[in-house]
Amino acid sequence: MNTKIATILLLASATGLAACAKKAPEVLPPAPTQTAAPTQPTPQVQPSGPAVGTQGHFAAAVGSSTTIYFDTDRYNIDTQDAAALQAQAQYFARFPQVTFTIEGHADERGTREYNLALGERRANSAKAYLVSLGVDANRISVVSYGKERPVALASNEGAWAQNRRAASVIIN
Amino acid sequence: MKPALLAALLFTVAWPAAATAQDLGAPIGEDGPVERAATEASQAQAEEGISFTVTDESAWQDIGIAIPAFATDRDRATPANEAGTAALGREVARVITANLRNNGLFKPVGPDSLPQPTFPQITSPSFSTWSGRSAEMLVHGYVRARDDGRLVVGCYLYDVALQNELVREGWVVAPGDWRRAAHKCSDLIFSRLTGESPFFDSRIAYIAETGPKDRRVKRLAVMDSDGANHRFLTLGSATALTPRYSPDYSKILYLSYVDGNPRIYVYDIGSGKQTLVTENRNPTIAPRWSPDGKHILYSMAVAGNTDIYRVPATGGASVKLTDNPGIDVGGSYSPDGTKIVFESDRSGSQQCYVMDADGKNQKRISFFGGRCATPEWSPRGDQIAFTRIAGDFNVAVMNTSGGNMRVLTRGWQDEAPTWAPNGRIIQFFRTEQNTGRSGIWQVDLTGQNERRLPTPVDASDPAWGPIRP
Repeated sequence: MNTKIATILLLASATGLAACAKKAPEVLPPAPTQTAAPTQPTPQVQPSGPAVGTQGHFAAAVGSSTTIYFDTDRYNIDTQDAAALQAQAQYFARFPQVTFTIEGHADERGTREYNLALGERRANSAKAYLVSLGVDANRISVVSYGKERPVALASNEGAWAQNRRAASVIIN
Repeated sequence: MKPALLAALLFTVAWPAAATAQDLGAPIGEDGPVERAATEASQAQAEEGISFTVTDESAWQDIGIAIPAFATDRDRATPANEAGTAALGREVARVITANLRNNGLFKPVGPDSLPQPTFPQITSPSFSTWSGRSAEMLVHGYVRARDDGRLVVGCYLYDVALQNELVREGWVVAPGDWRRAAHKCSDLIFSRLTGESPFFDSRIAYIAETGPKDRRVKRLAVMDSDGANHRFLTLGSATALTPRYSPDYSKILYLSYVDGNPRIYVYDIGSGKQTLVTENRNPTIAPRWSPDGKHILYSMAVAGNTDIYRVPATGGASVKLTDNPGIDVGGSYSPDGTKIVFESDRSGSQQCYVMDADGKNQKRISFFGGRCATPEWSPRGDQIAFTRIAGDFNVAVMNTSGGNMRVLTRGWQDEAPTWAPNGRIIQFFRTEQNTGRSGIWQVDLTGQNERRLPTPVDASDPAWGPIRP
């Protein structure tokens, strides 16, 4: 069990780092202090930082990799998405008590019901990839919001690209 | 003492919590039929002498119709109008005038600029008065308060040139339903002059929207076809989407996030209670009724893949109608219930398909470039309205094999058409670029008469119900 997790961790961090090298500088690899102590999860130190089981803790660990993005009407996991999901898988392997929801979204340039189905497809696509990396499917719930919850509010390509997303959100 | 107090506290806290947990407001009660009243003259008289033939809509709009205030036998108090039945008669004529004008059908002139006929003149009009005003058609009517408090509303249509009665009808309504009598009279006039089926006495379910684009509050709401008698049915703590009135107006299917996930509920209008359309852990979307109200279509995603299912309206086992790795969603029955038009992206993009009601013989019908989404079969059976996506989103119609496609609207994002009960008018919702604000619009089949419906707040997802009994 431990060795399996450790192997996944190693693999995930290796590919994650490799992919990160090609990515925009905003996506940082996990902080060295966090990767340094994999054997003892939930350290009681970090009095000032966010607690394990919060979105803040997750975001601090994986950076912008909490969310992956899709092309119009697509739901496939491209190399950028794969890198982000590997960073997520690494985090979820390190904190096995954490459960989370993947929220699937679409941009406003689609009909309402199709977008609900599309968001569901995107969230499930992200879930399947995380499961393939060893994250227990029972820890992952999925919900589609279609075009109902945009993060970028303009009506242009840039905003739509930000809204076509699957965001991992910590439950506990 | 202490446990009892605690129990009492729990009870008072738990009860409203249970109500809000379903996000439901107070029930609005059941819909009933309008009773027809006997009018004094014989029906046979009404069938004589129509003086023209209508061949296309543009001709209708040139017909001048005078609609003076409805008379009353004696002015009596009524809960329908504080000022009495005479004032109510004027209101009835105003509602009819607005109906005919707003739908671009005729050139009506209302009671505020016309002389008022006396009660005896309702059955024997002073034709010279009206021909002098170049009115071709004349509507007369009366409002009478019965001793039991109910109202009798009579409605008469005359051809001014022929000095002839074309049709008459009367209805007995509760004071709170007086607008229904005005809609029934509008329907009588419309049907007699056009030969088309009625549509004014109908209701619309829709989604009322408030708040900023990223935190939109979406509530289930209903209103009459002219926007009156508006009611919110949900409180807004959970997002509500895509309602559909049952053919008998007793229930509304809609999507709610009330348990955190998208799920279709059957809301009972009389009792104000709701149940899940199917007990299942998977998300369910896109609810539709069969024309006889006996079946419900819904779309369900299993492991991310959405297909269309059918379930008896009374509950029971679901039947899977599509089985395809693409997104199959929605579905709209032909009026005879034998076929279903639906959308699927199995070809790579959203297109419209027709299948038999049991799911057999699935066949793509849209081949005109662009995408075909949210198809809705006309109540007349001969047309399918849909959202055409080709750059912008527009409402379009085609015949049932995908031919004769015509785009009816030119908005930036016009979406989700719904048919008037007579298949002559289509409502849809239009979303503004950037602001995300939305409103319900309607357009006739020529595409020439387009207008926005008055709603108290922003509005989307209109679903037009059938003509009321």
